Amino acid sequence: MSTSLNVWSDALSEFSLFGLPVGLVIVAALPLVFIALYALTYGVYGERKISAFMQDRLGPMEVGKWGILQTLADILKLLQKEDIVNKSADKFLFVIGPGILFVGSFLAFAVLPFGPAFIGADLNVGLFYAIGIVALEVVGILAAGWGSNNKWALYGAIRSVAQIVSYEIPAAIAILCGVMMAGTLSMQQFTILQQGEYGFLHFFLFQNPIAWIPFLIYFIASLAETNRAPFDIPEAESELVAGYFTEYSGMKFAVIFLAEYASMFMVSAIISIVFLGGWNSPFPNIGPLLLNDWTTGPVWGAFWIIMKGFFFIFIQMWLRWTLPRLRVDQLMHVCWKVLTPFAFVAFVLTAIWEIYVK
Amino acid sequence: MTNTTYTVIFYLFAAVTVFSAAFVVFSRNIIYSAFSLLFTFFGVAALYVFLSADFIAVTQIMVYVGGILVLLLFGVMFTNKIMMTDLKTDVLNILPGIVLLLSITGGLIYTFVARAEWFTSTVQLQGSVVEKIGFETMSRYVLPFEMVSILLLLALIGAAFLARFDKPGKTNDK
Repeated sequence: MSTSLNVWSDALSEFSLFGLPVGLVIVAALPLVFIALYALTYGVYGERKISAFMQDRLGPMEVGKWGILQTLADILKLLQKEDIVNKSADKFLFVIGPGILFVGSFLAFAVLPFGPAFIGADLNVGLFYAIGIVALEVVGILAAGWGSNNKWALYGAIRSVAQIVSYEIPAAIAILCGVMMAGTLSMQQFTILQQGEYGFLHFFLFQNPIAWIPFLIYFIASLAETNRAPFDIPEAESELVAGYFTEYSGMKFAVIFLAEYASMFMVSAIISIVFLGGWNSPFPNIGPLLLNDWTTGPVWGAFWIIMKGFFFIFIQMWLRWTLPRLRVDQLMHVCWKVLTPFAFVAFVLTAIWEIYVK
Repeated sequence: MTNTTYTVIFYLFAAVTVFSAAFVVFSRNIIYSAFSLLFTFFGVAALYVFLSADFIAVTQIMVYVGGILVLLLFGVMFTNKIMMTDLKTDVLNILPGIVLLLSITGGLIYTFVARAEWFTSTVQLQGSVVEKIGFETMSRYVLPFEMVSILLLLALIGAAFLARFDKPGKTNDK
């Protein structure tokens, strides 16, 4: 495995200006800059374009070629907007809510491996940390909903939190099936275990036929955890205006939006790492065609994980325009009576497979 | 990182923990108290990290922030007229309070300074702690582990039983 990026990033992290560790800050900020760029420009643009094509429309077309600069214009608009705090809001919670939400959705990025040499912190409890830290987001949502002092916002916040807390259970058990296959909680180790010359055949999803159950369960539960359709009752427009961010405008709204796109990418990256090999190339080596070797390396690694993330984000957007929204009771029914028992069955089956078959 | 950096970060987290805990007690607004608890839990988790107990730290966040704090906030938010209730945070019973405070502080300082034997571990922590925790719970401590899980299952079933309401003469299903 090439370590050229490692040397390069080491050199960058030792760079300092006037005794301040500037290089370290730059290295730490790179994934965040990537997410901010992706989320606020091409995430939003992609969502609008995809939804437009699915409804046989053109979507944004005015600003720039094919409307590519539309989001930049929107950002300028959001930056210029007046920061409105409504009179009867709880000022402190209203301001701190989006902040906690934003921090909470970015904390998990510390343990995401973006390549063989690029990982913020290779914790040996990485995966556990990534699914545990979501709890902070929940508190941010509650602060925003309560601070707005608006019944729609409070309903939205309570619904959202109830949904996230409930769906954490099938999601965590599904992830546990992956953990049993790998025998580790470190995200980097997870990816390395799925490396090999046969490309996608080494991914856990193709190593074990049972892995499809936890894979699908985690994908469904991750939709609910990020409040995406069909589980978007927290922001159901026809009932609740906009859910917990009804009262927010300008940059605070943008921050909430950014947090949502960040957590969408986060769950997509987690599912790619656990079941689809993270930064490993999916191409196999076929005879003299060394497709796997040609597409492996530090930069390719970042490319693959981002592509896999984008693939799942595309499916999330696709589902949004395909499936109708679930009712509250249907939502809880799916979680407790369908996903959780299936997750338990998958857990037991994976254990049996790991002990007796493999 | 140098030793001073560690010390500075440690005191930062200690200060966050202590001040937010004080805010929980002294705040007149129960919602603020509940939200302040978030910082207390995070500070404690950070202190666990300093003790190289990273698994416990993440569990702390998962259980206390994700479970108990959310439950508390839900409890507060679903309680009617919680904002109208006048919370009493006055200082009452000054003399017994001072006596109790001084005796507890004195006792703690005495135990820490005079009696406690601070010993450093001879074996340095190496590798992953998670695996060791897993092996120990599944071998040496398997009985307590199973007992706790049965207890929690009982609590879960009990809660579900108490929460469901049956209309007389009508089954709950459909």
